[in-house]
Amino acid sequence: MQCNLRSENDYDVLELGGEIDFHYSPDLREHILAPLKEGRPLLIDMENVSYIDSSGIASLVEGFQTAKSAKLAYGLLKISDPALQVLTLTRLDRVFTLYDNAEQFHAQI
Amino acid sequence: MSANAIEIRDLVVDYGSRRILTNISFDIRQGEIMVIMGGSGAGKSTLLRCLLGLKKPTSGHIHMLGTDICHASQAELYKLREKMGVAFQRGALFTSMSVAENIQLPLREHTDLDESTIQIMTRIKLDMVNMLPYEHLMPSELSGGMAKRAALARAIIMDPKLLFFDEPSAGLDPITSAELDELILLLKKSMRMTIVVVTHELESVFAIADRIAILGEGKLIQVGTPEEIRNSSNETIINLLNRTPRENNVDRDTHLERLTKDTQ
Repeated sequence: MQCNLRSENDYDVLELGGEIDFHYSPDLREHILAPLKEGRPLLIDMENVSYIDSSGIASLVEGFQTAKSAKLAYGLLKISDPALQVLTLTRLDRVFTLYDNAEQFHAQI
Repeated sequence: MSANAIEIRDLVVDYGSRRILTNISFDIRQGEIMVIMGGSGAGKSTLLRCLLGLKKPTSGHIHMLGTDICHASQAELYKLREKMGVAFQRGALFTSMSVAENIQLPLREHTDLDESTIQIMTRIKLDMVNMLPYEHLMPSELSGGMAKRAALARAIIMDPKLLFFDEPSAGLDPITSAELDELILLLKKSMRMTIVVVTHELESVFAIADRIAILGEGKLIQVGTPEEIRNSSNETIINLLNRTPRENNVDRDTHLERLTKDTQ
């Protein structure tokens, strides 16, 4: 799994890549929760995710719930086909807000 | 890694003096749904037990994700089982645990995931099999179909590379059975699972199979695509597909001897 956090003016972007399974999802969970705990809206770039299992999806869900409780914007950017298939299988494509570009997310903040 | 998830070579299994499987050899490719089919007593369950490492064959080899399971150490088998999920025919749920606790068990045994992750994963999988409202029920409170769906949720909780499914449709109504078939297809597509299904439910077989292996009297009769199996000229396969009762050929002298042996 590749995981890189960068800051824009009003929000953070977490860029993910590679395969995310239960070996990496505890790390992913920490990377998602850390900016949210600091009160930063979070956009997760999933363009280069080649595989994500349900433990990774669970981390995304927990992040969403945390953001919602803190009234912070939270979204998934350019979700890759393999990741979208898993989200669709788990009906979470209807739960998360999916963005094609960062400007759309920025407009929501 | 090989394009085959499982390679079975010259597998022979005896129970005492009875030969159950004779020289079985075939491959199961990564990412395919292989249905193992055959009449009662054909050897399907024995083959499944061998694939799960529950029965040691008399001779032959089974390579699973690169590990020779007939000669693997306990540590190697344990590692391999992290990548395997099994949904048993009657569920095999632990009766002292709730549905959710049953499903979480593999995660608690094999991973160090956070409690919140475990809870969310459990609910994701329960939702996938339409069992989310019943997470707190005990197995004794479930119908047969519900127990089967809970067992599937437990089998896929670790997102296994290999999923084994023993008689998924047996005892289910046609709608639940069709939903389960749909779910099996989605799991293959979305989670990249290699799925081995043992069944003799014809409708289900042709709905889900990429390839079909047909056993008869302990021997491999044919491996092929649904189309190839449908067009097979093999008499056993034709009878199986047409649900023709087995012909009971009776040799008069042999039968008479069987009935009267040791009576005089």
